[in-house]
Amino acid sequence: MDKTDKMDKKRPQWNTRTKITLYIVLALIYLVGILFWGLLMDPKAYAVDYSVKFLPPGAGHLFGTDLMGRDMLFRCVKGLSTSIVIGVLAAAVSSLIALAAGVAAAVIGGKLDSFINWCVDLCMGMPHLVLLILISFMLGRGSKGVMAAVALTHWPELTRIVRAEVLQIRGEQYVQAAYRLGKTRLSVAREHIFPHVLPVYLVGVILLFPHAIMHEASITFLGFGLSAEEPAIGVILSESMKHIATGKWWLALFPGILLLAAIMLFDVIGENLKKLLNPGSGNE
Amino acid sequence: MTRLRYIAGETLRMLTLLAAVSILSFVLVSASPIDPLTAYIGSNSTLSQEAKDEIVAHWGLADPPVERFMAWAGNFLKGDWGTSIAFKKPVKTVIQERFSYSVVLMLIAWILSGVLGFLAGIFAAVKKGTWIDKTIKTFCLALQSAPTFWVGLLALSLFAVQLGWFPIGLAAPMGKLAADVTLGDRIHHLILPSLTLGVLGIGKITLYTRQKLIEIMASDHILFAKARGESTRQLVCRHGLRNIALPAVTVQFASFSELFGGIALAESVFSCPGIGSALTTAGLSGDVPLLLGIAVFSAIFVFAGNLIADILYGLLDPRIKEGWMNG
Repeated sequence: MDKTDKMDKKRPQWNTRTKITLYIVLALIYLVGILFWGLLMDPKAYAVDYSVKFLPPGAGHLFGTDLMGRDMLFRCVKGLSTSIVIGVLAAAVSSLIALAAGVAAAVIGGKLDSFINWCVDLCMGMPHLVLLILISFMLGRGSKGVMAAVALTHWPELTRIVRAEVLQIRGEQYVQAAYRLGKTRLSVAREHIFPHVLPVYLVGVILLFPHAIMHEASITFLGFGLSAEEPAIGVILSESMKHIATGKWWLALFPGILLLAAIMLFDVIGENLKKLLNPGSGNE
Repeated sequence: MTRLRYIAGETLRMLTLLAAVSILSFVLVSASPIDPLTAYIGSNSTLSQEAKDEIVAHWGLADPPVERFMAWAGNFLKGDWGTSIAFKKPVKTVIQERFSYSVVLMLIAWILSGVLGFLAGIFAAVKKGTWIDKTIKTFCLALQSAPTFWVGLLALSLFAVQLGWFPIGLAAPMGKLAADVTLGDRIHHLILPSLTLGVLGIGKITLYTRQKLIEIMASDHILFAKARGESTRQLVCRHGLRNIALPAVTVQFASFSELFGGIALAESVFSCPGIGSALTTAGLSGDVPLLLGIAVFSAIFVFAGNLIADILYGLLDPRIKEGWMNG
């Protein structure tokens, strides 16, 4: 025993890059697994079965069953995969808005820059939840409302990040030199600015997911989002609220853990990718 | 003079933003397919068409949008915020009542998270790299990702249902007349929601304080103090705290937006009659005047927090003050 321990200590440990890659792969397996498991799931798996209602977690039903005897594990997975789909959609839309707005603000500057900054301040001026409720109210609630609300409200922070990054690179000597050498704005943007902004942008996009998923669940929980028949984490948790007084703790605990795990894993991927893409910390 | 001009400029910017927020909210709300008339009279009402037309004319629903907005904004500035459909009371009264409840909750949670987070941050920074630091860091990351309503549900199920220490919800015991509710009852009902919100708010401030203190502890003047023989405790108290207290307070003021969102969710879990649950009710029942009122009110709330943060930072930090003089 002792001997092998000493051997382990002598052997060089995994470097950051390997460790991070491992983390990212594990996180991806969980998320993609949930996504496809949910998407391809047979609705019968979480069908109503009154003979087994309110079973505590056990061998047959790992997460227990709810008041209609639906299996909570399958319902949660299905719900979480819906959340992930909405998160991906929202991140895609919001990140495109952020990219366009951030680059335009930094490259064109002047009036447009102050206008975009003003828009960012405007969106961040209201509590995020209030804005989500207003947008979902505008679309008459329901799943369309949630998707639009979540997709349209996550761009301000990323816009700021992209703008700051582009501004910083534009101020560098070599970019100024390229301008002086007579390169057009477009070619400078493509050859010199874009490659540097890309990593920051990608990390920003990935860090958008957890927010989007959490906001989708929150607003659904409050009753603005997906309808009560659809399996969604927010719906499940808001149902569990009615049964918590009678001690049905598993209805709330497990769906939340699944959700928390998904949110945290997206964070892990994003933060580690940030380290990995930064040459200073990538090869420690 | 520069300071005054800075504050005036900031206030002016906030005012234009506030005007824009109200326009945006108004546009969003009036574009909704949820008909305020149906929301008011119910979908299977037996009102005659003439009576309906009268209400529409009285509310000015048929007027062009710009005219409607001007009427609403004019009345809003005069102090008439309209009448809530869901609560059958003036919007201003509803917001006042509800907010006076929520503000206690928010204040407790805000102070609690600030103090606890600050202390935990210092502790983690001093013990940097040890398992204590790692535990605090992981815990904070988990807290930042944890959905407020879920943690609230767990707290309810553990402390109120399983252990029976706290009541399950509401602002006062059930079946008691409002006049009989004592201060003790109210406090007893406030503990769990405010603890939940307070603990949830710790994450950001802890990580921020930790980061800042680690940066400062690595600077030259700390090295010099160490060479003079100061203990860690002295280092933190004499040199660390002064440098991190202000940014931490600023971060805490700038978190008003999350605080408001958190309270909306927490109140719905603990069924507290605060402004957050009024917001949910307004949205779900199509109560447009109340929804608008709360939206603008929440924006004022957030702007106030940001303004205080900006001013605090500018007034108290000599380096930034310098920056204004030059720029």
